[in-house]
Amino acid sequence: MGQTLFEKVWNRHVVKPQTADSPAVLYIDLHLIHEVTSPQAFTVLRERGLPVRRPDRTLATMDHSTPTTPRNLDGIIPVLDVQASKQLDTLTRNCEDFGIPLYALGTEKQGIVHVIGPEQGLTQPGMTIVCGDSHTSTHGAFGALAFGIGTSEVSHVLATQCLLQSKPKTMAIRVDGTLSNGVTAKDIILAVIAKIGVGGGTGYVLEYMGSAIRALSMEGRMTICNMSIEGGARAGMVAPDDTTFEYIAGRPYAPRGQAWMDAVNDWRTLPTDDDAQFDAEVVLSADTLTPMITYGTNPGMGMPIDARVPDPDRASDVSERVALDKALTYMGLQPNQSLLGQPVNVVFLGSCTNSRISDLREAASLLRGHRVAEDVRMMVVPGSQQVKAQAEAEGLDQVFKEAGAEWREAGCSMCIAMNGDQLAPGEYAVSTSNRNFEGRQGKGGRTFLASPLTAVATAINGAITDPRQMLEREVIV
Amino acid sequence: MEPIKTFQGTMAPLAINDIDTDQIIPARFLKVTDKNGLGEACFSDWRYESDGSPKPDFVLNQPQYASAAILVGGHNFGCGSSREHAPWALMGAGFKAVISTYFADIFRNNSLKNGLLPIVVDEETYQQLLSLAEEEPDTAIIVNLEQEQIVLPDGRAVKFPIDGFSKYCLLNGVDQMGYLLELDDHINEYEEQNAGRVRTTQAGD
Ligand code: SF4
Repeated sequence: MGQTLFEKVWNRHVVKPQTADSPAVLYIDLHLIHEVTSPQAFTVLRERGLPVRRPDRTLATMDHSTPTTPRNLDGIIPVLDVQASKQLDTLTRNCEDFGIPLYALGTEKQGIVHVIGPEQGLTQPGMTIVCGDSHTSTHGAFGALAFGIGTSEVSHVLATQCLLQSKPKTMAIRVDGTLSNGVTAKDIILAVIAKIGVGGGTGYVLEYMGSAIRALSMEGRMTICNMSIEGGARAGMVAPDDTTFEYIAGRPYAPRGQAWMDAVNDWRTLPTDDDAQFDAEVVLSADTLTPMITYGTNPGMGMPIDARVPDPDRASDVSERVALDKALTYMGLQPNQSLLGQPVNVVFLGSCTNSRISDLREAASLLRGHRVAEDVRMMVVPGSQQVKAQAEAEGLDQVFKEAGAEWREAGCSMCIAMNGDQLAPGEYAVSTSNRNFEGRQGKGGRTFLASPLTAVATAINGAITDPRQMLEREVIV
Repeated sequence: MEPIKTFQGTMAPLAINDIDTDQIIPARFLKVTDKNGLGEACFSDWRYESDGSPKPDFVLNQPQYASAAILVGGHNFGCGSSREHAPWALMGAGFKAVISTYFADIFRNNSLKNGLLPIVVDEETYQQLLSLAEEEPDTAIIVNLEQEQIVLPDGRAVKFPIDGFSKYCLLNGVDQMGYLLELDDHINEYEEQNAGRVRTTQAGD
């Protein structure tokens, strides 16, 4: 029987197979680290007098608790507080002591950990990639097996370049058809999660397949794989193809010359064999998809933007009713109401889900010639310094600034609200990030997750807006 | 890590599904460089008013649950972020085990590595334990890791699944790093056989 993409990548990395008494030992090709989940792991190494086994397969960046405001006039980067500074200093010292390359705050390659890997060409098909961050699933867009780990596991990988893993099951997510105008990769993944639920992927690695996935750019595929974890899956993958190879070619860490040819030949063997079996399959049609939006307090509480908020009284069981009641109370929404026209205070365009150059281009193309509504704060936070530089070279920053949006430095920003960028209690935001949990974007803040196009349409009108309306209007004008 | 064998404890009921790690420990408390002191902030936004005073109706603020060692939570417990601060915070708040119908993968892994026992039970047992915790908060149950079971006050024993390796590590207080370090020969051999495949982070040109 044939093998799936996941099985091929898994099998290549087994250092010691799973037995009745112990899980498999898996070799890790690339380990990404950041300031928040690594300090305690380095402490373990120091306590045990251990070196980092492969500093040359490890890369660090600063992103979560870093400011996104520019340098002060005196050239100092305004880190939020003493604790954040200590965390950043700790990472600097750990990288120095253990010989790990660091894209530090204020340097030109710094950015969100899941943006910089692909951007530098470090993320490649067939690799195993881990990071102490659940959205490591992003890198699966390249046909890598990439997943988030905890801090204990970070210490394991630092010390041994290996992880203990029990083998997950596989789920095919098949999306065939063509997306209509105004419907994007973000809407596909929000629809997938609304369908399977936030726990539906638990224990599985997802493989996204079908014509709608093949038609996506690498950045669209990254948006989709990024949110696999929001369906409970550890990882999501897309088989590598010419789109993948074109994206990687010429990037700083991509192989060159003969090594490139060899690599591509190898990568072409990775896609799932025709006769391979998945443990589960989910099918979605791209033709009927609409822009999606979340109404509740987890990413599974999503619906088509023109649908109505579900009624807890019609829930299928008690626990679902309780969950829905709790979510709607927190969100300040009524059963059966439409979200179209719902006023918002903030629009956040950023995060490892939607802060890449194509996201900014798409957003700018809709925003051009419009203004952000009077009482709305729109923040645009590029995913990396390289994305920022590219956007500025294309003049996108001007589009955002002229429309009245804030153009910020790279980082996680209001996706996780650790750096001072946050909602005030009760404020509403349409956000291109990946989590609408209670308080995720600031204590008491209320988040609607949506695509960059929906975010921009909402920013212009000051209230939740179906981007398709605006796109139609653009055509008429 | 302290070995876990058998312990007795009372339960705190938190009948909410999909409890995410942002609730267990909000991100603003992650700006730490060690594991200690997170217990106070566990469930901070559900537990305290904005002026810092405790919300009386939240389970962890109710005196009858003050010394509970076992948290009973709804399905998909621990979803969301990979932060290991979540089990650290729960342990800091005095919990030794969490019981649910299923756990999010990363949370379960993180818990097992810290000696916080994630116990999976079926829906019926979950409902029973919830009622017990609500109606008789002083009643303790026994958790017996060796036998892979919990024992209810009426003597009924319910098995729970745990992989043999994690069980061994927990029973003996062994951490998994030591096991991996002993595989050095295997890892060397693997690296020799697969040397050329991956470019390193220091080879950029
Ligand atoms: S942007 Fe948000 S989700 Fe992505 S790594 Fe940063 S905090 Fe995590």
